[in-house]
Amino acid sequence: MDRRLWWFLGAGLVVTLLVAGVLSGFASGEPDGLERISIDHGFADSAQDHALNDSPLADYTVEGIENDRASTAIAGIIGAVITLVVATGLLYGVRYLGKRRATDE
Amino acid sequence: MHIPDGFINMPTSAGFGAAAAGSVWYSIRRAARFLDDRRVPLAGLVAAFVFAAQMINFPVAAGTSGHLIGGVLAAVLVGPWLGTIVLTVVLLVQAVFFADGGLSALGLNVFNMAVIGALGGYLIFRLLMALVPRARSLLPVVAGTAAGISVVLASLSFVLEYAVGGAGGAPIGTVAASMVGVHALIGIGEGLITALVIGAVMSTRPDIVYAAEPMELVHG
Repeated sequence: MDRRLWWFLGAGLVVTLLVAGVLSGFASGEPDGLERISIDHGFADSAQDHALNDSPLADYTVEGIENDRASTAIAGIIGAVITLVVATGLLYGVRYLGKRRATDE
Repeated sequence: MHIPDGFINMPTSAGFGAAAAGSVWYSIRRAARFLDDRRVPLAGLVAAFVFAAQMINFPVAAGTSGHLIGGVLAAVLVGPWLGTIVLTVVLLVQAVFFADGGLSALGLNVFNMAVIGALGGYLIFRLLMALVPRARSLLPVVAGTAAGISVVLASLSFVLEYAVGGAGGAPIGTVAASMVGVHALIGIGEGLITALVIGAVMSTRPDIVYAAEPMELVHG
């Protein structure tokens, strides 16, 4: 892979971490479109608590970190890294299996 | 746009979940044919970026916010098949680690945002591209327009699910009108962000943008 692509990926990762870690602190806390409509049309109460509400990262906060902005920032950065690892890992797996299938044929 | 558990009954969730699983499986099969050393880390980065960008709720009306879905953004950058996989991974991570979007509703959310948002949105993008002159400078604007439309389509997909198996008994006509109204506004934000990001990538590395590649490579 060419070196310029690594530079692009590196720069993209920096931007991603800034969005997750800094810009996320400025996000609106108002309910989103679907949530708003469920409230306005009386079916918000149908929502059940999330089965994983006790997860240490539930609701984009880190358990044990009291400062809201820091908590959201760290949760965002952890989430972006988890997503990167899961997606890249899955696709390397897909690529490996795709290659093996191609050589079998 | 993330549906929690309880809004849509189990049979409906299972049905849309099966449709979503089939679409994601097909996307994986298609993506496997052209994945290479460049596209794997690129798609990983796009997934991380979409996750981060989805955290940024912007106000759209009094007491209401919206955030990027990123389906068209991902599909234009890495192609519709990888774009669908990217969105699915984001939704999976959000549901499992962040309690965002119900577990039994995961199939519904993947259907609305990955299948309709990325795959359907990319189809809109290609249709619009066929209507405008073939100029690379138009690509970000067309992508933004398709992205805005894809948000409204995804909201209509929720309306369909609610019509089939929604809880709470809200009249479907008013739910539909409100969903489309609010998501048209959110779609404007989606369109602007998508056009901005695609424009930025096009001005630095147009060669890595899937939708900007020569036509014969597009189908992988």
